[in-house]
Amino acid sequence: MNRIMYWGKLADVTGCANEQRPLPETVTDTQSLRAWIDDLHKADGAFLDPVNRIAVNDEIVIEPADVHAGDDIAFLPPIGGG
Amino acid sequence: MLTDAPLSAPALLSEFESEYPDAGAIVSFSGIVRPRNAAGEQVTGLYLQAYSPMTERGMTTSLAGALQRWPLDGAMVLHRIGDMVPGETIVFVATASRHRRAAFEAADFLMDYLKTQAVFWKKETTAAGSTWIEPRSEDYADAARWAKAEGA
Repeated sequence: MNRIMYWGKLADVTGCANEQRPLPETVTDTQSLRAWIDDLHKADGAFLDPVNRIAVNDEIVIEPADVHAGDDIAFLPPIGGG
Repeated sequence: MLTDAPLSAPALLSEFESEYPDAGAIVSFSGIVRPRNAAGEQVTGLYLQAYSPMTERGMTTSLAGALQRWPLDGAMVLHRIGDMVPGETIVFVATASRHRRAAFEAADFLMDYLKTQAVFWKKETTAAGSTWIEPRSEDYADAARWAKAEGA
């Protein structure tokens, strides 16, 4: 099972700030992850847009990066500053 | 470093001053939630979201960077998260040094970090509803000053 977090305005797209889901077998890296989440939430490309970064286990990754079962995954829109 | 409770800048400054009785210069900065947004509309609320522990990790690194770069006796950053209203303090930064220049510059550097690189998302509420705020390009130009100074 994976915890998947949606920060900032991305939670408005998914309708939830985080969720628990098992990664499908076809999802092995950030590219397939983006496509899966975009399709799952009918996000119309929001999760394919590289301005929205991905963190794995609380570290922003340089893509493409592998993702594994049990990883905490986060989608981060551009930061708005403090 | 992050709190969802109201910040009292005078109380924080007083406490900070008492921690560094030998400092010759103490600079503090308070960021306040503005009553109007960039479009001039009345703001009724501001929501600030942080990603713990990523946000704190970055803030800790920026404080370490300031302490390494300037001869400081000490520095602190306290940032509010959650729901706020105009007039409330959103951030408090303080620096202590033997002389004023280091204290001023370090406080400015810490604020530039917070405005451009700190992991926060802001949502503003006006009569028209709530919208997430996009990054401001001026803030990035401000932060770039330190990179230039480093390269020189």
